[in-house]
Amino acid sequence: MKRFFGFVKKEFQHIFRDVRTLVILFGLPVVMIILFGYVVTNEIKDVDVGIWDKSRDQVSTEAIQKILSSGYFVLAETIDHEEEIESLFKSGKAKVVVVFEDSFEKRLLRENRAAIKLITDASDANSAMLVQTYLQGVLANYFKSVNQAGTIPWEVEIKSRMFYNEEMTGVYMFVPGLMALILMLISALMTSVTITREKEFGTMELLLASPLRPREIILGKVTPYVLLSFINAMTIILLGFLVFDVPVVGSLWLLMLECMLYITLALSLGVLISTVSKTQQMAMVFSMLGLMLPTILLSGFIFPIDNMPGILQWFSTIMPARWFIVVVKNIMLKGTGFAFIWKETLILLGMTLLFILAAVKRFNIRLE
Amino acid sequence: MTVASEHIIEVKDMVKKFGSFVANDRLTFHVYRGEIFGFLGANGAGKTTAIRILCGLSYPTSGEIRVAGHDVYHEREKIKRKIGYMSQKFSLYEDLTVSENIRLYAGIYRLNRKQINQREEQLLERLGLLPIKNRLIRDIPLGWKQKLAFSVAIFHKPDIVFLDEPTGGVDPITRRQFWEMIHDATQEGITVFVTTHYMDEAEYCDRVSIMVDGRIEALDKPAVLKKKFDSKDMNEVFLKLARN
Amino acid sequence: MNILYTLLIKEFKQIFRNRFMLPVIFVIPVVQMIVLTYAASLEMKDIRMAVVDQDFSSASRLLISEFSGSPFFEIEHQTSNYDEAMDMLGRDRVDVILHIQHNFEKKLYIEYETDLQLVVNAINATEAGLVNAYCNQIITGFNSQIRADWFGMEPSGTIVSLEIIPEFWYNPLLDYKIYMFSGILVILVTLIGMLLTALNLVREKEMGTTEQINVTPIRKYQFIIAKLLPFWVIAIFELAFGLLVGRILYDLPMVGDLGLLFLFASIYLFVVLGIGLFLSTISNTQQQLMFVAFFFMITFILMSGVFTPVDSMPRWAQQINIINPAAYFMRVIRMILLKGSGFQDISREFYSMGFYAVIILTLAVTNYRKTT
Repeated sequence: MKRFFGFVKKEFQHIFRDVRTLVILFGLPVVMIILFGYVVTNEIKDVDVGIWDKSRDQVSTEAIQKILSSGYFVLAETIDHEEEIESLFKSGKAKVVVVFEDSFEKRLLRENRAAIKLITDASDANSAMLVQTYLQGVLANYFKSVNQAGTIPWEVEIKSRMFYNEEMTGVYMFVPGLMALILMLISALMTSVTITREKEFGTMELLLASPLRPREIILGKVTPYVLLSFINAMTIILLGFLVFDVPVVGSLWLLMLECMLYITLALSLGVLISTVSKTQQMAMVFSMLGLMLPTILLSGFIFPIDNMPGILQWFSTIMPARWFIVVVKNIMLKGTGFAFIWKETLILLGMTLLFILAAVKRFNIRLE
Repeated sequence: MTVASEHIIEVKDMVKKFGSFVANDRLTFHVYRGEIFGFLGANGAGKTTAIRILCGLSYPTSGEIRVAGHDVYHEREKIKRKIGYMSQKFSLYEDLTVSENIRLYAGIYRLNRKQINQREEQLLERLGLLPIKNRLIRDIPLGWKQKLAFSVAIFHKPDIVFLDEPTGGVDPITRRQFWEMIHDATQEGITVFVTTHYMDEAEYCDRVSIMVDGRIEALDKPAVLKKKFDSKDMNEVFLKLARN
Repeated sequence: MNILYTLLIKEFKQIFRNRFMLPVIFVIPVVQMIVLTYAASLEMKDIRMAVVDQDFSSASRLLISEFSGSPFFEIEHQTSNYDEAMDMLGRDRVDVILHIQHNFEKKLYIEYETDLQLVVNAINATEAGLVNAYCNQIITGFNSQIRADWFGMEPSGTIVSLEIIPEFWYNPLLDYKIYMFSGILVILVTLIGMLLTALNLVREKEMGTTEQINVTPIRKYQFIIAKLLPFWVIAIFELAFGLLVGRILYDLPMVGDLGLLFLFASIYLFVVLGIGLFLSTISNTQQQLMFVAFFFMITFILMSGVFTPVDSMPRWAQQINIINPAAYFMRVIRMILLKGSGFQDISREFYSMGFYAVIILTLAVTNYRKTT
């Protein structure tokens, strides 16, 4: 036992000596949560709008005022030629152009109807859709107030309620995903590379020849990362809470337990990868492409699984992160108890056992 | 062959510090053109540090050093054209073939195609590597790799070749052959600066210096040193010096 | 023989002798381009909806049929029990609940106005915003439908109506995939360029062969160019290959001048590879490098606007993007491919990139030390 602790201590010293990696190790969650919290957002804000007012009357001027004072739109340029729309889009100066038709006010008064064209640069389809919706909303509101009659008959008013996330903060979605990603990164990637490194440099042979048992060597290599990963998980939860008010509605203890389970899973995956890779480069490519990318893409972290084609949805079921994210969302954001997540927990547990078994088997083969 | 008077390496009060640790403590010596100069010492005595400075891989902290007539502070690139180097870490490309390695270094030293073809042929012939010239370095035995690495280091006929523990991990027969190659190199006018901790190899050197803890404790012909320290071989000389 | 030529031969031989390289260059990108483009779609399909109908009127039925007829919505469950629907929301079985309260039709008919409740699972705020937008569109349609049905015509008299004509340029079908694909291509080219270049140099350092190179009279710039050029060629090739795959699989539009795109890409790649080299000059082991590179890559990519528009980012983030090369290329590739922007449209990006390339390459060359 004493020998084992000595070994673990050595591994810790290894990690702590490399200050740069350590800084990134702890800085990564902070930077990521800030990026996702503030930067990765679809929110409509300061959209550059081009205005082509063919009429230049009181109503159109007022409508333009309304658009620009809504807080969502900023005037890019006023134009008076068809070709200018194209050049606004091509230079990326505007995302949308609002066109008021000729004698706008007159038509409105005489014929009771007038047209506004909203031309969007739809190369980014989602933004275009959102911009359209917002602009239509702003314009509809304005013309409602213009209406002397006050109300349009038979109007259905929608009252939307944003459940679990009343403020519609993007970071709610990302906290669970970030935990899944960062824990996977540190646990699987780092362990697989450290172990392969010892193999590549031949120091593994040295360790194997020592009185330490193979089991102890692997455990010793893995232990520091368990701790680092756990600290990181807690950092993310804490930052989410302090900076973005992401709550932990459910049981914190349950959440921590599930984190430990997931960390164990990721570590056993890392060990498994190291048993099949000969060089560090190989371990990295395995971990990066086989683990990181799928974790980011197929776990429902950024992109909803429901939108994917069937085969990818099926593929996502073998991603541990997918299940972990469901668990974290349930505990943190919905506040549900174990009754709602026992199935996911069981799946994670099963995967962990599978990976450990496979790793042990591979390791023994290598020793023979 | 020795032209006794010309100093091809001139070192005066060379100091190299890493923080507070003094790796080379005021080394002063010179090497004559055409001789085999043995640079002896235990592991960690400061041999590699010194050789790296002479090759221009590392800056000295202070001291006056000239290699092949050039100053190591300002004329490192000129020095590099006149030297060859073989490090203790094996330095050929594992994923290139024997022939590709030779051609790579030959190209780096700007030999022309004709020279390269001619010398490569000769070299492979002499080392008996012709049949495996298209084999990857990683697939050939260590002894051959060492001999090839040395040949590559002198392929461009440098004035001086620096060998940093060239015979580490090699069997006695190959070591013997290796020293024969070193001897042949001096016949072509190449000065050899070699570090080693095999004391028997010191006997093959024209002169040896013995370093202990960053300092040169003795420097002379092997025979003179043996007499001075009243020892039957260099090993005994070294042990006597190291124990003090 | 020319030193540079000799070194280049050596690099190319080593790269293509590595069994790993061919899959990295050919297989992985194709898989990524296929999987990523489909997976990374923020396109809303099949919004799962639970309907709580407590009115049972013709109006409520009409409203429901508007939703079930929409390609975006799928009605998973219909009930009159609100709690039952909420439970489904909690279990993630549905994304949104449409709650039609008692007296919906009556109020609408008599009071001219009625409420409709929408409960959206907003854990994913972006998705929730879109769900809400789609619902609004359908209900706006429902409103005019009701007016037409009940009144027989558009309301007349003093009430004015506004006709809004939406137009979607460059992508009238609102296909999200082509937008995503071009972004993924940028990630791919950046990732392969930066990572391979950086790993290559650090690997030589770790193996000790740089030592041997450093005692030779090779000039720093010769060495750096020899390390850079092969991966530059590979990355450019990768871009061409990716465009071809995009053309075949997704009918990727190429409105603009491909020559201009490649010209910009060439300069961009010098920046990216330069950063890769720079990172490798400050790292000693592959592990260290990988971690640092991963950190930079993920930050660059997320901030580049690949998934979400740069305009939506806070001011400080947009300022950081001035030094984010990926943000420039992300913008330019989409402008050229999808909108057909010409040189004068991207001249600012073009010159910035050139300036950047000079700085980063100088930095990489000066930071590479032959002597320690």
